[in-house]
Amino acid sequence: MPADAVKKPGRLRRFLDSDIGWSFCHTPVAWLSALVLALLVLSALFAPLVAPQNPYDLTQIFIDKAEIPPIWQSGGEWPFLLGTDPQGRDVLSAILYGSRISLIIGFAAVMVSMLIGVSIGLTAGFYGGRVDNLLMRLGDTVLSIPTLLMAILVSAIFREMLPPALREPFSAVVLVLSIALTSWVQYARTVRALTMVERRKEYVLAARIIKVPATRIMGRHILPNTMTPVLVSATLNLGLAILSEATLSFLGVGMPITQPSLGTLIRIGNQYLFSGSWWLVVFPSLQLGLIVLSVNLLGDWLRDALNPKLR
Amino acid sequence: MPAFLLKRLFNAAGVMLAVAFLAFLTFRFVGDPVELMLNEQASQQQRDELRVRLGLDKGFVLQYATFVGNAARGDFGISYRNQQDVFTLISERFPATFELVLVATFLSLAVGIPLGVYTAIRRDSFPAKMLQFVSVLGVSLPSFALGILFILIFSVTLQWLPAFGRGEVVQIGWWSTGLLTASGRKALILPGITLSLFQITLVMRLVRAEMLETMRTDFIRFARARGLPSRAVHFGHALRNCLMPVITVTGLQIGNLIAFALVTETVFQWPGMGMLFVQAVTFVDIPVMAAYLIVVSFIFVTLNTLVDLTYAWVDPRLREDALTGGANAR
Repeated sequence: MPADAVKKPGRLRRFLDSDIGWSFCHTPVAWLSALVLALLVLSALFAPLVAPQNPYDLTQIFIDKAEIPPIWQSGGEWPFLLGTDPQGRDVLSAILYGSRISLIIGFAAVMVSMLIGVSIGLTAGFYGGRVDNLLMRLGDTVLSIPTLLMAILVSAIFREMLPPALREPFSAVVLVLSIALTSWVQYARTVRALTMVERRKEYVLAARIIKVPATRIMGRHILPNTMTPVLVSATLNLGLAILSEATLSFLGVGMPITQPSLGTLIRIGNQYLFSGSWWLVVFPSLQLGLIVLSVNLLGDWLRDALNPKLR
Repeated sequence: MPAFLLKRLFNAAGVMLAVAFLAFLTFRFVGDPVELMLNEQASQQQRDELRVRLGLDKGFVLQYATFVGNAARGDFGISYRNQQDVFTLISERFPATFELVLVATFLSLAVGIPLGVYTAIRRDSFPAKMLQFVSVLGVSLPSFALGILFILIFSVTLQWLPAFGRGEVVQIGWWSTGLLTASGRKALILPGITLSLFQITLVMRLVRAEMLETMRTDFIRFARARGLPSRAVHFGHALRNCLMPVITVTGLQIGNLIAFALVTETVFQWPGMGMLFVQAVTFVDIPVMAAYLIVVSFIFVTLNTLVDLTYAWVDPRLREDALTGGANAR
């Protein structure tokens, strides 16, 4: 939101004057978590500029700087604020680069699952009858298998279908698809319920009478009226998607060691748990927790602020 | 009632067939079993013979039917990795996972319900607000990271509790239990807490929401007017009315806990079904993956169906609704 403010002051004014803007300014939890999140997202997106070292550039890594503890412990060394790993990589830089991967995958997964869920929900709600029954049974079946299990299985199948040379470069895509394919049902159910109400209304009837094509009615007329609850669950699901990505990477079915996300970093750090290098696992975990916490707090606030029953 | 029962069982069977289909598809998509089982020098004739022996020359539908038939009898084939019967492998590991899930469920109720009641009846007090915030924290920190932090604090630094394994186990028939030895019970503490934390926050939030709802109803006001002590009002009247949804959610979540146990089991090197599955995924051991999927989904679907049936048994309105399509809804 602050980014918008510089370009379009009019829009910021409008946001601050709206109900939601008022609630935002008067809820310390909301603007505090938005601030923290903005900082985390910006530092992650601009990791190449912010990070002291590029952990993928072998010329910047020195093996004699391996396993240095954080700077406040004895043996700590500038500029390795949070210490280094056994290959001599700076932990802070690895965390910033890892957050970038985690955030991008989480965001993309939410987008794709929203796209799938909204299309299926619109189709099911608009046509009803047999189409509706088939699509919703499909959703029931997806929900009848625990999500985590399903995601592991889908990612394993996708990976095995790819030729071995493409597995590493495409692991982010595989992750996005496996998270999206297991989390679309919630959007589909919400949109379907709303569509069934909307399609009986007069503006839809009017559009049908003048023969507006069905896809256009769904996309242009009904869709905007279903977006509020969808966006709220998307915010709440962003935290979940980032957690799913981290869990899959931690289990070894996610991002490879060559492009570590936060989950992969925790997986690597876990191997050094008993050798005393606690900073390898504690800092990535804290960063992950902080990202998900601020997203969840923001999502909780948004849900309550948009719920007219609570006003 | 019989019609409702049949309908529910029919639904459950449909879902299980779909799950079996998914498991069957993994076999078809992920590599050719003939290539996986024979070496490169095998002649075309050997390949064809194996193909006939495995039934792969038959039609798609017939192969699926054979797969479902075998799975229903507990025959999931032989593990690619260690050449053991898959069903034996899974049933050996089942007790470890079951005990872990049992402890986690017990903890979530024993801790979650009192916290939920407290945050509901003192909802404006400082501790209650803190607990609400901590519950968001509990949902945000991934359970594997919490498990690792617990190991770091209680095993590596303080050395109070073991960091991995089940400790000593006692064998009773085919069931192995860690509950009867001191080291077995000690080994359960950290994984049990790790697995239950998410569940505790869930139960706490649920009980709080239900309590707040119930406290507004007339019969609570009436109970107060009769001059009953607030203890009796809160626990005897209000809490009792909140327990039904709590029992439902706990029942439904057991399936999720079994699936989520695979993360906890990986962190604590707990020799359960979940760790078997994660290892199978790394080695692309398809028979084990497929069997685990079917077993966990079976438990999940059975629990869901049981919860539905219990509801219909307790509340007759529901079973009439399901049959008449909601025409009798009040």
